[in-house]
Amino acid sequence: MSTVDEQSKAASGMDEGHIPQGVEEKKQDGSSATIILFFVFGFIASLIVGWVVFPKLLYSSRPQPVEFNHLVHNEMVDEGCESCHFFREDGSYSGVPTLAQCIDCHEEVQGDSEAEEYFVTEYVQRYREVPWLVYSRQPPCVFFPHSAHVLKAGMDCVTCHGSIGESESLRPYEQNRISRYSRDIWGHNIAGISRNSWDRMKMDDCAECHQRENVNQASVQTKRGGCFVCHH
Amino acid sequence: MKKENAKRFGMVIDLDKCTGCGSCMVACMAENNVPFREDETDKLLSVAWMRVYKLTNGKAFPDADECFLPRPCQHCEGHHGHSPCVSVCPATATDYDASTGIVSQIYTRCFGCRYCMAACPYHVRLFNWWDPVWPDGMEKMLNPDVSVRMRGVVEKCSFCFHRYQLARQQADYEERGEVAENEYQTACTQGCPAGAIVFGDLNNPDHEVTRLAQPDLSHEGKSRNPKAFRLLERLGTNTKVYYLSSREWVRRLGDNYQVKAAQHQA
Repeated sequence: MSTVDEQSKAASGMDEGHIPQGVEEKKQDGSSATIILFFVFGFIASLIVGWVVFPKLLYSSRPQPVEFNHLVHNEMVDEGCESCHFFREDGSYSGVPTLAQCIDCHEEVQGDSEAEEYFVTEYVQRYREVPWLVYSRQPPCVFFPHSAHVLKAGMDCVTCHGSIGESESLRPYEQNRISRYSRDIWGHNIAGISRNSWDRMKMDDCAECHQRENVNQASVQTKRGGCFVCHH
Repeated sequence: MKKENAKRFGMVIDLDKCTGCGSCMVACMAENNVPFREDETDKLLSVAWMRVYKLTNGKAFPDADECFLPRPCQHCEGHHGHSPCVSVCPATATDYDASTGIVSQIYTRCFGCRYCMAACPYHVRLFNWWDPVWPDGMEKMLNPDVSVRMRGVVEKCSFCFHRYQLARQQADYEERGEVAENEYQTACTQGCPAGAIVFGDLNNPDHEVTRLAQPDLSHEGKSRNPKAFRLLERLGTNTKVYYLSSREWVRRLGDNYQVKAAQHQA
């Protein structure tokens, strides 16, 4: 009962506005440094979570099924990238090579690399296609003809794909866990900053070039590029 | 970059040849991954880009006559590409492409307000009330060049635009500038056993479609062919699908004259 009385006294004292105010001011003085410290630590922690932890969690990472050295192959073939990544006769693009192209040279183990031996025994001799993970795979609503870009517009592979042709190993394939798109679409910079034309493969990057080169800027609604070039 | 000539893809459908067999509908469904359900009895809910209507002249036995009318998207040009659906879309999900004359529908932009369906005078736009469900194994038979639509978006005939893209891809590969008439044909055109549907570029005088439709560009594409008419032409939608019929009552129905207005004009 006495505690209730004390509480009621304290409450009436608050109404008068004398003693409790002094107490609160003292509390603030004592804890302001702690609060600022908490804020700073919390701010830094949330930055770390947002810029380091979250991107790590957002993307899953898998190695490619077979080790592959682009540089070695590039030196051996005659027609550069198009030796293996070629156009079909209907103008469609073959993309990532199938076993049929590899078998031309790798019917039997040629060198002494472990990766090649693994590839030949696991895939060639069993006639199994390699389930390559395609870095530049666009979402299924995007239709991208290579012929219009490479043959008609004369762009080179590096403009969009970077110097992958000179790489000596395949980097792990990173996939967005939410959208299931390859990380190359958003780009490896989590802030979305691109310094080179091959850093990102977002729709904005396509649209920016289409606008610059005046490709199909025939939309009646927007007076700019229509969606109905790549999406249908 | 070389500028291509603007095209105006259009269609002529000869109703005297059409037997109403529905091959165009089947060809279209298969080509464009059009979803269907087990129970299609309620036609208001079913999706069909191409639909064959049956017209009757409403007369008794000796004079009774009927006619079948296949109806794809009419790809209205309106005034300078302001077709009814394009004007009202709040999401820019549908658009008139001045280089092909095709009214597009971008499924990933559409949020399903269905304003365009209300605006379209031809009922060509259809709403996906459900996600498509394909019978076992059929998803492996889908056309990889056409997006499959999800629940909650509007879809409609695209004049098989993906076929144009494929034809252009081949033309680019063979270093030709233009796509030939026979390289780009819609699925319904090729599916029609009677050869009633003709498809091509209305801007190209060599194309069969232009010879049949004889569009008068100074009068919003109105046909000079006395047998030809367009659906609801008086609305000014300036469609690119022309119909041919030797029967006057069919032409009159196509224009949807009200009886009084028709009498008034006569």
